[in-house]
Amino acid sequence: MSAANSKPSVHISDHDKVADQAGSGSYVANFEAKESPLERFKKFLHKYPVAAPTIVLILAIIGFSAIIGDRFLHPFNLSLILQQVTIIGVIGIAQTLIILTAGIDLSVGAIMVLASVVMGRMAIDHGIEAWLALLIGIGVGAITGLINGSLITRFKLPPFIATLGSWNVFFALNLWYSKSETIRSQEIANNAPLLQWLGETVTFFGARLTYGSLLMLALFVLIWYALNWTAWGRHVYATGDDPAAAKLAGIRTDRVLLSVYVLAGIVCAIGAWVLIGRIGSVSPQAGYTTNLDSITAVVIGGCSLFGGRGSIFGTLIGALVVGVFRNGLALAGVDVLWQEFTVGILIIVAVGVDQWIRRGKA
Amino acid sequence: MTAHYDQQPILQARSIVKRYGSVTAIDHADLTLYPGEILAVIGDNGAGKSSLIKALSGALIPDEGEILLDGKPVHFNSPMQARELGIETVYQNLAVSPALNIADNLFLGRELRKPGILGSVFRMLDKRAMEERAQAKMQELGLMTIQNISQAVESLSGGQRQGVAVARSALFGSKVVIMDEPTAALGVKESRRVLNLIKEVRDRGLPIILISHNMPHVFEVADRIHIHRLGKCAATITPDSHTMSEAVAIMTGAMEVNSDPVAA
Repeated sequence: MSAANSKPSVHISDHDKVADQAGSGSYVANFEAKESPLERFKKFLHKYPVAAPTIVLILAIIGFSAIIGDRFLHPFNLSLILQQVTIIGVIGIAQTLIILTAGIDLSVGAIMVLASVVMGRMAIDHGIEAWLALLIGIGVGAITGLINGSLITRFKLPPFIATLGSWNVFFALNLWYSKSETIRSQEIANNAPLLQWLGETVTFFGARLTYGSLLMLALFVLIWYALNWTAWGRHVYATGDDPAAAKLAGIRTDRVLLSVYVLAGIVCAIGAWVLIGRIGSVSPQAGYTTNLDSITAVVIGGCSLFGGRGSIFGTLIGALVVGVFRNGLALAGVDVLWQEFTVGILIIVAVGVDQWIRRGKA
Repeated sequence: MTAHYDQQPILQARSIVKRYGSVTAIDHADLTLYPGEILAVIGDNGAGKSSLIKALSGALIPDEGEILLDGKPVHFNSPMQARELGIETVYQNLAVSPALNIADNLFLGRELRKPGILGSVFRMLDKRAMEERAQAKMQELGLMTIQNISQAVESLSGGQRQGVAVARSALFGSKVVIMDEPTAALGVKESRRVLNLIKEVRDRGLPIILISHNMPHVFEVADRIHIHRLGKCAATITPDSHTMSEAVAIMTGAMEVNSDPVAA
């Protein structure tokens, strides 16, 4: 009994002693003095989530240019990498929004393909004006997002399950509506060239950029603005970070979630337009790996799967890291299977780093 | 003390009843808060004090009874409505978002937008105005051992986080601040700072309802103590009129009192 009593009193007096030594003003300073360089690096990564993927990107570019040489650093090759990551980049924007709310969307690829099929069939088979066909496609994207969002906010399904289900549903609808037929590139070029417009290129200093790539960059800037400079963006982060706290602070978290899923659906439909520009045709089988590739870009870009942490530009960097590794390994003549291997390692390392950063923060 | 017992009560609950099925959580409870005072609410677990507080903060709709704010009857259907009328609540779990910074947290859900077209059309946040007001409020409350207003809340200690939550309530609360167990999770030194902070808020004119289990803290800061028992007010005492053990005795039913030192 006496031992049990004495223990806490020792603890309390220790606490006071330490607190007195620290004084009132120097609390924080004392903390920093004890930090090792590793701790400081960890804090730096925690504060700037884009730092880690940026370091990897720079090292990869230096590494590949040392191995491969000028062929890798040629503006033409760099712009090719940008073209190759454009679709993943756009879909990655949608995925980032959702992962910031601590959700995940497995249906992004299916939404993109469904929207592209709707755009193509509306313009070609139904003879609707191309711009209107685009708008209808974007409307389909918004509706699919609304369905996902409703399943999650109204029926309280976990995002993983809700979108696993809707992925299959949207993919089946896409096969049904397209009758599993591809609309050929020539047909689109003759009847609705607007659908392919994002595939056209402009040349800057030997680099050929597609309008699709430029649109992707514009979308990144737009969403960055919305996330960082509007109340809605703060609410997205707060909802992902701690939904209970956000609710107590007066945020209608269900509305925020719903808006995020609808916006993600719209962004995926814009991705559908980019997709048609990139491959020329409209195929119900296109973009099958986009789901997982978009998650890969987000994770490598430093976004936490637990929500509330990460930057939209991290996803762009993440997509570029994947693009640089694939391109570099291909140019180096390495078998394709090692590309997959490398991307896999990158994902594991990225999530490992995220866990390390989140653990034991001061 | 700065309390004004001759004035009209700022917040009054009259004969509040809340039933959950056959259980009566609040049984014709009364509560009176005067301008400029700290009213502590104590009671055993299950006495119904948190239900009463929820009714006052709008998180719960009572079945019977009325709530008067400045003498006028009010009805809250949500915490937002109570908040719009100037009643702020500091929740036990703080309701701060760890990844956001101090200024973002102070204005979470009530952000300021830039004036003109940037704010109205582009919905652009006025980050500078929010940071300045946050800084000023933290300084005013003596919380500027927190060095940087743009540091993430997760990098703060428990007491500093409590400070952020209290600063938020002081920033927006125009009538009443309700604090639920503000020192429960804190160490000795930090509890002291938070108690001083509570007095600081009171001295700036905001009356406070303080829910706490910690008798020494209650007796240190409270002007009056509302003792809740079996769903209603068993007594209202002051730290001078009764001792701590008497308060506990009333709380547990070992002693019966029926005097309000103010009303009587």
